[in-house]
Amino acid sequence: MSTLKVTDLHVSIKGSHILQGVTFTAQENKVTALLGRNGVGKSTTIKSILGIYESTGSIDFDGRSISGEQTYKVVKSGIAYVPEDREVFSGLTVRENLDLAARDENPQWDLVYDLFPELKTRAGQRAGTLSGGQQQMVAISRALINKNKILLVDEPTKGLAPKLVTEVADALARVAGSTTMLLVEQNLPLVKRIAENIIVMDQGKVVFEGSADRLNDEAFVKQMLGVSGGHH
Amino acid sequence: MSTFVLILFTGIGLGALYFLVASGLSLIYGLMGVLNFAHGAFLTIGAFTGLWLMQSVFKSSETVPFFASMIIGGLAAGLFALLMEQLLIKKLYERHIDQALVTVGVSLVVGALLAGWFSNDLRLMMLPSFMNKAWMFAGAAIPMDRLVYVGVAVLLLLGNFALLKFTRIGLVIRAGVENRTMVTALGVNVKLAFSFVFFLGGFAAGIGGVLIAAYSSGVSPLMAGSWLIYGFIVVVVGGMGSVGGSFAAAMLIGILKQFTNYYASSLGDFVIVAVLVVVLLTRPQGLAGKVSA
Repeated sequence: MSTLKVTDLHVSIKGSHILQGVTFTAQENKVTALLGRNGVGKSTTIKSILGIYESTGSIDFDGRSISGEQTYKVVKSGIAYVPEDREVFSGLTVRENLDLAARDENPQWDLVYDLFPELKTRAGQRAGTLSGGQQQMVAISRALINKNKILLVDEPTKGLAPKLVTEVADALARVAGSTTMLLVEQNLPLVKRIAENIIVMDQGKVVFEGSADRLNDEAFVKQMLGVSGGHH
Repeated sequence: MSTFVLILFTGIGLGALYFLVASGLSLIYGLMGVLNFAHGAFLTIGAFTGLWLMQSVFKSSETVPFFASMIIGGLAAGLFALLMEQLLIKKLYERHIDQALVTVGVSLVVGALLAGWFSNDLRLMMLPSFMNKAWMFAGAAIPMDRLVYVGVAVLLLLGNFALLKFTRIGLVIRAGVENRTMVTALGVNVKLAFSFVFFLGGFAAGIGGVLIAAYSSGVSPLMAGSWLIYGFIVVVVGGMGSVGGSFAAAMLIGILKQFTNYYASSLGDFVIVAVLVVVLLTRPQGLAGKVSA
């Protein structure tokens, strides 16, 4: 079962109690969107699952506890990560960025180059010289190059031009049907397009967990996220 | 003209020795953020091991025993560095002040142990006979030992480049210098790379120790002091984490120091410190370093 179950997660960073008992489940082969205003702890939740931040509480994945495990072991258990600010290795080429991530015996080069053909033609280019959108393609491809059981994707369309938002959204939509995904995203149209479930956080806690259909309810969106149902 | 050529070559030879000290320091700091004050101990251990091998095992300091002792001295220093990383540094990742204090402590302990065992007197190291000869070039008699230092430094530089460019561990190291957390978030055990870099840094320092002993005509527990300071200067001027930058900076500093000492009455150290200050004020990331985000 590639289900991610987070229970009573607490994280404190430099004296601030950021996560205050976060509990939710990301169901197998479904896209679960983690929503909320800026600073409520969405990215911290993702990083805590990965073991980048120390936490208390329990995190179970694929039928076993991954709480307290080192980050590289968590990732090797089948959890891929697309970070908020892309974090490509600017001094490495596109191909080297992907080579570094590839750890399966048969990396999914065809899938990656099919989703983003541009990366093939730019394989020898330093990632630091790519545009923001191209860097996001590298960041997503690093997560897709292995056959992972779940993708943790943190704000993949942040700061991208509208055309690139569409391209990245299309790529995520293509993989959404065949994998478990926990998606942090401010772009509600994208969330409505690919997410089946939503989790809304506020002040370090989960305040709603349920179907993504609720995003069609203007009053719910305004109450939970403080915005109208479009972009925010 | 012949004086100019002689000073140039001796400067390049000196720069080669600085590079041997600095290359490991640069990688260790670049990847792990560890200011390794025990690096001088690696150098001293390499030199003592090399001397012991030549005097007690090979009973010769001719060409083959000399270079074999140099390589084994490097390996001994590398293993010591690995041991230190496993026993002490590994427990102190992200605790930079504690790391600095521990490495200073290791340096003092190694120095005291060696002084207690061998005393602080300089113990002579004989050189292969060919290294005492000179090569006539453009009217200048270039000491052959300087060419050996340069040759070893260039081999090490090329080896470093090949390792970093063409191997998986090199890819991990280059990525880790940029963003260690993201490397682990790709499922890579970056701590294995840490251990390897410590070994590599110790190996280079150990080889440098044998060659510095050859340059200084002997080995002493106190031999590392000024070389370590120059190693740090080279790393800062070249750019933390850049082996190529360290090579360029080492050559620049070696040549500048020799020319200044010749033409300005031993003001070499002063000029090098002035260069360090200028670099820190105008390009704090160093010649080849990248600006931090």
